[in-house]
Amino acid sequence: MKLLLALLRRDLILAARQGGGVGTALGFFLTVLVLLPIGIGPDQVTLQRLAPGILWITLLLSVLLSADRIFQQDFEDGSLEIMVMAPASLELVALTKAIAHWLSTSLPLSIAAPFLGILLNLRTEIIWPLTLAMVLGSSALSLLASIGASLTLNLRRGGLLISILVLPLYVPVLVFGMSATTGNPEVIAPSLLILAAITLASLVLAPIAAAAALRAYLK
Amino acid sequence: MQQFANPTRFLSLANRALPTIWVVTIILFAIGLYGALVSAPPDYQQGETVRIMFVHVPAAWLAMLVYTVMALASAVAIIFRHPLADVAAKTAAPIGAVFCFLALATGSLWGKPMWGAWWVWDARLTSMFVLFLLYVGYIAIWQAIEEPTRAAMIARIVALVGFVNIPIIKFSVDWWNTLHQPASVLRMDGSTIDWSIRWPLLVLGLAYSFLFLALHLMSMRSEIATRKLRNLQIARSGEA
Repeated sequence: MKLLLALLRRDLILAARQGGGVGTALGFFLTVLVLLPIGIGPDQVTLQRLAPGILWITLLLSVLLSADRIFQQDFEDGSLEIMVMAPASLELVALTKAIAHWLSTSLPLSIAAPFLGILLNLRTEIIWPLTLAMVLGSSALSLLASIGASLTLNLRRGGLLISILVLPLYVPVLVFGMSATTGNPEVIAPSLLILAAITLASLVLAPIAAAAALRAYLK
Repeated sequence: MQQFANPTRFLSLANRALPTIWVVTIILFAIGLYGALVSAPPDYQQGETVRIMFVHVPAAWLAMLVYTVMALASAVAIIFRHPLADVAAKTAAPIGAVFCFLALATGSLWGKPMWGAWWVWDARLTSMFVLFLLYVGYIAIWQAIEEPTRAAMIARIVALVGFVNIPIIKFSVDWWNTLHQPASVLRMDGSTIDWSIRWPLLVLGLAYSFLFLALHLMSMRSEIATRKLRNLQIARSGEA
């Protein structure tokens, strides 16, 4: 446990000091947010209707594009092999690294996103459900991203492949994330509960899959 | 089970079984297509376009069945280290992707006159599309990783993770309002389709399954040959 906390701390410090962390992801998020109204047109009514969807898709892409950081560097400098030999099981190491990714990238983004939605004329009364849904959903996004990151660990052109592998897995999060923010008031609570269920299921399954993939690469 | 693990024994069995399987496939297709194109009546609303269903529905069934076969083979590969299981999973994927594409394409051809659009973002269509993407991702993994044993290990995980996702996708998109008709052939409370249309559908479903079996066995056979060739080439380059 102490070991895992130390690993978590190390990853967070690395993310904070190295750059390419939440700052870059937020920059990417803003850039997409600026480009989309140019593509769609500045009509306020249209933007208001599309805003939750735009924010979710942008969140998905930002999390996905930062996913290769989860394992890549540690694999390249060899520290991943030391983690394999550590007394903690590889599954827990994978889980810890996914949590570090969530804390350093997905969580700040999912808190910031609904407020950036004001740029898109987002209806103010759905800011809170959207924040709640994104915080819940983003943890599942990070966990699923860790599967993709471990599967494409040592591949050239891994970036495109990780999108094909992970984006289909993001479909349920997107469906229920959207129904929690744009659906009728009475489906908001069940959608949030199902989002929580998806998060819990991926909390159990994602580290197992990620660890299995890491073992295949480190053999 | 274990005695079929031997590729040589598998090959001789496949070679003996394949002609019979092809004959059964052709007979089933002949009966099914006669039922679908000649004996089944045109729908009172849809007219002759309803016949697209006879291609569409079995293809959709098979697309899901083949993914299940793929996931099962991957699970067997992980649990029993069965040498043929990876071959089975790898060769099933392109066939399944083609069935999936066929279901999407014929559905689109049918949707244009019936719904007035080539494509609608309906729950059923979307989940089939996602299934197609899962197939593409699985095939891409085999192509991206050069070393076969490692590619096999990674591909197993991809197949199983995708399989966990299939029911989630299927039920999550049910929350959307759906234009596609609900399941009507295989239901707990009996079929809602008239027998004159149902029997060609079922026969064609069987015909598609046998077609898959035949194509899968042939594809596995050529994959085994490819691997043997590769091993021979490596052995020879080692001698030289």
